[in-house]
Amino acid sequence: MARILMKGNEAIGAAAIKAGCKFFFGYPITPQNELPEFMAREFGKHGGTFLQAESEVAAINMVYGAAGAGARVMTSSSSPGIALKQEGISYIAGAELPCVIVNIVRGGPGLGGIQPAQSDYYQSTRGGGNGDYRLVVYAPANLQEAVDLTMEAFEVADYYRNPVMVLGDGMIGQMMEPIEFKEPKKRELPSKDWATTGTKGKRKPNIINSLRLAPAELEKLNHKIQDKLKKIEENEVMYEMYNMEKPELVFCAYGTTSRIVKNTIELLKSEGINAGLIRPITLWPFPYKAFEEIPETAKAILTVEMSCGQMVDDVKIGISGKLPVGFYGRVGGMIPSPQEIVDKAKEMLGGVK
Amino acid sequence: MLNDNRIRIIIGHYGSGKTEFAVNYAMKLADKAKKVALADLDVVNPYFRSREKQDILGEKGIEVIGSSLGMKSGADLPAVSSRVLAPIQDASYDLVLDVGGDAVGARALARYYSSFKDGNYDMFCVINANRPGTQTAEGAIEHIKGIEAASRIRITGIINNTHLLRETTVDDVLRGQELAIEVSENLSIPIKYVSALEKVARQLPRDMEGQIFPINMYMREDWM
Repeated sequence: MARILMKGNEAIGAAAIKAGCKFFFGYPITPQNELPEFMAREFGKHGGTFLQAESEVAAINMVYGAAGAGARVMTSSSSPGIALKQEGISYIAGAELPCVIVNIVRGGPGLGGIQPAQSDYYQSTRGGGNGDYRLVVYAPANLQEAVDLTMEAFEVADYYRNPVMVLGDGMIGQMMEPIEFKEPKKRELPSKDWATTGTKGKRKPNIINSLRLAPAELEKLNHKIQDKLKKIEENEVMYEMYNMEKPELVFCAYGTTSRIVKNTIELLKSEGINAGLIRPITLWPFPYKAFEEIPETAKAILTVEMSCGQMVDDVKIGISGKLPVGFYGRVGGMIPSPQEIVDKAKEMLGGVK
Repeated sequence: MLNDNRIRIIIGHYGSGKTEFAVNYAMKLADKAKKVALADLDVVNPYFRSREKQDILGEKGIEVIGSSLGMKSGADLPAVSSRVLAPIQDASYDLVLDVGGDAVGARALARYYSSFKDGNYDMFCVINANRPGTQTAEGAIEHIKGIEAASRIRITGIINNTHLLRETTVDDVLRGQELAIEVSENLSIPIKYVSALEKVARQLPRDMEGQIFPINMYMREDWM
């Protein structure tokens, strides 16, 4: 199929349709509005149901219901809207239901602004809602990847019966790029025999619930969820190693920032400095093992984010004290320029020489 | 080139490249006209708006009319500055109006429709044959009709801006030109410009309908 030009938000919607999503519940917020708008216009033509809920809380609970009935379902929002959804997300994780949540991140805290940010790293990877659960978090760096990972997200959600998040900063939602829609990769999925599809008088009713008052039973559920998460950590980690043969300096960056870092690496090369990049594609599970593959030539790691350094802790866990970890970030919707990062890189290398 | 009527209204399907064309047009126009204004009428897009390029446009002496709050980016209200009316009425201005996408964006134009008379304005529809929705003549015409109905203004020219960003080839532009010709013949509206990145524009056949309009990517950073 020929490549077409799409905006990130539209492309994610189109990918969801292609992946067999049948329900979309959402509530408007910039900079992700093109996604529900696209679904409102296109979803019905493909047998999907789009519904604009009265709030983010309502939308995520509609997702809870549809997922409980075994349907492929998605919601999308942006940072403060995702904050509102946290109770529902925790319930969905507690009831072990599959769904896909898209967060097109804007600057925070609070209502913040509408320009791109990466300051929902903690919110996405450290829970957000209550209890011991995790979301699988995909962080695409370009629109082809956004499309491919959105399709994959539905498979992974169904495979593990766990909510999955596609996390793009505002730029990923708003920018345009050429895209090709390939057939989604399919996994061997277990049948959804737990779904509330009606007993037809032939079996006991299935119950979707996250309330377990008996402590022993709740502990059992927790252990089951943890076992599942361990499998995800073993099997679903994704990352890219870029120019990592003999780097003097290793960057760690994801999403839009990783693209800027790639330009930074070119600029540094022209000044005789060889730098590489570890780009996490899954933020959870985090690619800790990538840091074990860093060659001896590396003297330091520089984490670059559009946040105040929320990923730095994971980078430090990954490198286990073997190299100094520095940080450069812009926030509030400001985007770092390659030259700013070059300056910080040189400052850091000067300090460790 | 650029010898169009005093008010140039740039409209089209959202994502067709209207803003990039409008910014390029204004930059070129500033070389030959004394008093150029670019008004950002986009009430649809939160990102990639012409007002973000205020600095480079300002250096060329172009008056940029964007947010009445003076914000270059980040404004989340679909508001249009009252200042837009000045260069529409003041005939000493050469004006480029960068309008939001689709009929939804074009609705902002309707407020000024009584100011647009035959001979004082041109309304150019930017078409990208690589955008879903305007890949066929039927789709492109549907968009044009919707925009004309919402804005109450007739389109006077077509711009073939078919591209895939930096990966655009001559073939893309030529395929877009076939679409533009079909639309042009169907609606009896001429193709005014064929816009493409300079490196592509250089390789285009000289006998195309419409003037070849080489553009720079002002709206896209190097890392994009």
